[in-house]
Amino acid sequence: MAHAYTPGLRVSEMTVLRKNRRLPILGEVVVKKGDKVSSDAIIARTHLPGNVQLVNVASKLGLPPEDLPSVMLKKAGDTIEKGKPIAETKGFFGLFRSAVNSPCDGSLESISTVTGQVILREPPTPIEVNAYVDGEVVEIFENEGVAVEMQGSFIQGIFGVGGERTGEIHVAVSGPDEKLDASLLDDSMKGKVVIGGSHIDWEGLQKAMSIGISGIVVGGFDDPDLKKLLGKDLGVAITGSEDVATTLILTEGFGVIGMAGGTFALLKSREGHKASINGATQIRAGVIRPEIVVPMPDLALPSGEVASSTAGLDTGSTIRVIREPHFGRLGEVTGLPNELQKMESESMVRVLSVRFSDGTEATLPRANVEMIEG
Amino acid sequence: MANNTINAIVATDCGSTTTKAILIKLVDGEYRLIVRGEAPTTVEAPFEDVTRGVLNAVREVEELSNHTILDGESFIHPNDGDRGVDLYLSTSSAGGGLQMMVAGVVKSMTAESAQRAALGAGAIVMDVLASNDGRLPHEQIERIRHLRPDMILLSGGIDGGTITHVVELGQVIAAADPKPRLGIGYNLPVIYAGNKDATDEVSGMLESKTSLYMVDNLRPVLERENLGPAREKIHDLFMEHVMAQAPGYNKLMGWTDAPIMPTPGAVGSIIETIARRQEIEVVGVDIGGATTDVFSVFQNTFNRTVSANLGMSYSVSNVLAEAGIDNVMRWVPFKLPELEVRNRIKNKMIRPTTVPQTLEDLKVEQAIAREALRLAFVQHKSFAVGLKGVQQERTISEAFTQSASGETLVNMRDLDLLVGSGGVLSHAPRRQQAALMMADAFLPECITRLAVDSIFMMPQLGVLAEVHEQSATEVFEKDCLIHLGTLIAPVGTAQEGKPCVKVEMTLPDGTNVSDDIPYGEMVIYPMTVEDSVAAKLTPARGFDLGEGVGKTLECTLTGGVVGVMVDTRGRPFTLPTEEGERVSKLEKWAKAFDAYPA
Repeated sequence: MAHAYTPGLRVSEMTVLRKNRRLPILGEVVVKKGDKVSSDAIIARTHLPGNVQLVNVASKLGLPPEDLPSVMLKKAGDTIEKGKPIAETKGFFGLFRSAVNSPCDGSLESISTVTGQVILREPPTPIEVNAYVDGEVVEIFENEGVAVEMQGSFIQGIFGVGGERTGEIHVAVSGPDEKLDASLLDDSMKGKVVIGGSHIDWEGLQKAMSIGISGIVVGGFDDPDLKKLLGKDLGVAITGSEDVATTLILTEGFGVIGMAGGTFALLKSREGHKASINGATQIRAGVIRPEIVVPMPDLALPSGEVASSTAGLDTGSTIRVIREPHFGRLGEVTGLPNELQKMESESMVRVLSVRFSDGTEATLPRANVEMIEG
Repeated sequence: MANNTINAIVATDCGSTTTKAILIKLVDGEYRLIVRGEAPTTVEAPFEDVTRGVLNAVREVEELSNHTILDGESFIHPNDGDRGVDLYLSTSSAGGGLQMMVAGVVKSMTAESAQRAALGAGAIVMDVLASNDGRLPHEQIERIRHLRPDMILLSGGIDGGTITHVVELGQVIAAADPKPRLGIGYNLPVIYAGNKDATDEVSGMLESKTSLYMVDNLRPVLERENLGPAREKIHDLFMEHVMAQAPGYNKLMGWTDAPIMPTPGAVGSIIETIARRQEIEVVGVDIGGATTDVFSVFQNTFNRTVSANLGMSYSVSNVLAEAGIDNVMRWVPFKLPELEVRNRIKNKMIRPTTVPQTLEDLKVEQAIAREALRLAFVQHKSFAVGLKGVQQERTISEAFTQSASGETLVNMRDLDLLVGSGGVLSHAPRRQQAALMMADAFLPECITRLAVDSIFMMPQLGVLAEVHEQSATEVFEKDCLIHLGTLIAPVGTAQEGKPCVKVEMTLPDGTNVSDDIPYGEMVIYPMTVEDSVAAKLTPARGFDLGEGVGKTLECTLTGGVVGVMVDTRGRPFTLPTEEGERVSKLEKWAKAFDAYPA
């Protein structure tokens, strides 16, 4: 039977999700296995080594580097204070002394008699990691972090900008094909995750940011507007660390593209619930897609495996076309011929036949479709 | 291992997405490619074991060739007829390849030599630190911490010179207390290849915080580089530290008969081998989804550059950002609104595996490829230079020309062979399209042979060249390369339609050619790779084919799947800015090449 693998994005109504939350360097885990945590609960903390300052004490005092030990008032490991001397010359009978003061608080790390430099380290910076989702701590990674598990809905987008945020889901459009116009946004949406339809423009996004909306989830966005948002042309899709007031998640791509019906319906059914979202995207080895996580602890999990679009493509599967021509259209697979076929571009590729919702049919490269639900 | 015992070889290349295996056998006294198999790479979840993908790819080779290679999950050694292999080798770029930072005292001298050593070993150079790079020490420290490279190569100072600056760089690295990208809890490997007088100070600073290795100075005197020891140490550490951390590689390392090489290092190795054996000047390019690698051998000097963010899928949007939309669109023979082009390119970036279905889409994709190749080559030319800071003896006339040390080694007039590889070139629906893209992007001058890598097996042949050069070069010539033909491009410019070159030769079918080809044309003479003919090429006044302006060149021309190509569009080459004229020229040249369906 004709059957093919095609990549797709996960859209799960109910699933068990495990999120690993780790510190960037070793530190202390402050929760224990079995703890129930909320998204903003701190689960681990550590101190990043402080910034380093290099001071060329020898040149400041006009000495050869090898003479440095004789003028140092502090040695490696000593605590230092901003504005207090760390080195001083003896001068003439106690007169005409020259000193070098510390530019920062912290500690003295090393003294070099080769370069004449003294390395000072500022106090460490504390960093904390939160749970990101409401759930239960199910595993402890000693000195690194924890795994938090929750059950609920999980939706992956195709591209996002901005980092982790939480907020109540609010649907601002009447259907998946309606554009999220600026006029549909108001102050009552502050702190919420607002679901749009097919597109948001620059004016709309600016308004969302000024209101303080946590996140916007829409089908499409235009590249020139992305350039305005980031202040530069995005070269490689590695995002998530941008300093933007509102996290933006696209479910379909660039342009005006209606949100997949299933995705929209699921988000609509979760209106009023708290969601954790993350726009971080990385489209390279170790793919990361943006996500919307809605914990639903009281709903029962479906008995079988949750339908997921990473399954195989078969006759009858619903697909979305992800390249011209027909970009963004939905259809049903009517055939999966085995033989390679020649496209208009003369490329020889594996194809599938598809019937669109208006009844028209087309033959497309399998690489140019993705499976969706709904 | 003695050459005469090698009858069957399997080599794999574990890429980020696909693992490719090839089977080479000794057939009637010569080494030939038998089949190729591939399977998805299995470094990432859910498998997290690279050997799964290797076994799957090798099993496909077994099925296609009826040659038994595996006994369960182990390779059968040695070969006995249709069973077993004598050599199993592999390259790898999975998991992001080898990512390095390099440091040197002067940016254009030791830091540049360190960069050359790292690139030659197959690394992606994430950043170059230098005492004079304009950054303050705390900024350099912040950068090291932020990037988390796989290893650092520290160089600086000539032997016997001052040690202060290189010790300062060591202090910066020590203060950053860097952590490797892979393997939490491991020390970052640091290779010291600088002034030998500073080794005690450097080890005092770095030994306790990093895994420090000392090798010979890579620039012992200003006039000479000594990159070999640093390159070899990088390869060793790639195996010991980077590969050993990647899932399944310990097992794979136990299977191979020679160390696993980073993929680009292996491609460089085969190109270097070919240039040396044939005594030719070569440029090779591999345009991938994320990066474009350019390799060259000029004046017996090998250079490699990686344009880390110029590619056809993951990095396609960056080509647009770097080249600008006007430069991309100048190659497109029709009008498209800018919003449409921008959104299309971004959609390719977020869904990198799609393929052009329409002819229009194919032409846009090939326009982007031209700019990616052009930009990668510009970067290569500025890097493949003679050593800087070298004192030169000059004659009076040279002093007047103001030539400086550090000029590019890439001389397009001397280039003998240009090899293209990567999906957009190797899998172009018509070979003529690959030839046109290469001619437009690289603008070869005088007489240059063009070829493409048929199925991208240069990595496997590169690692094979390290242990068994004969088989690697035989397969490279006979099965790897598809010769497109020879491009004749007179240097000079003139008005449209004015005389440019006279071509005189007798074609293999006996036809006598004596054509005056005017300026601004593309002409093809069909001729296969087996055919070579004696030709007399006479450039018009103001044009040069390598013998001097207006001087006749008598040479032998070989054909290929495209043929002998004459490009009288001028060097330097410019496209008309007027829309209608530009489109009609692009269409005329494409038609001359029969590049697209009518």
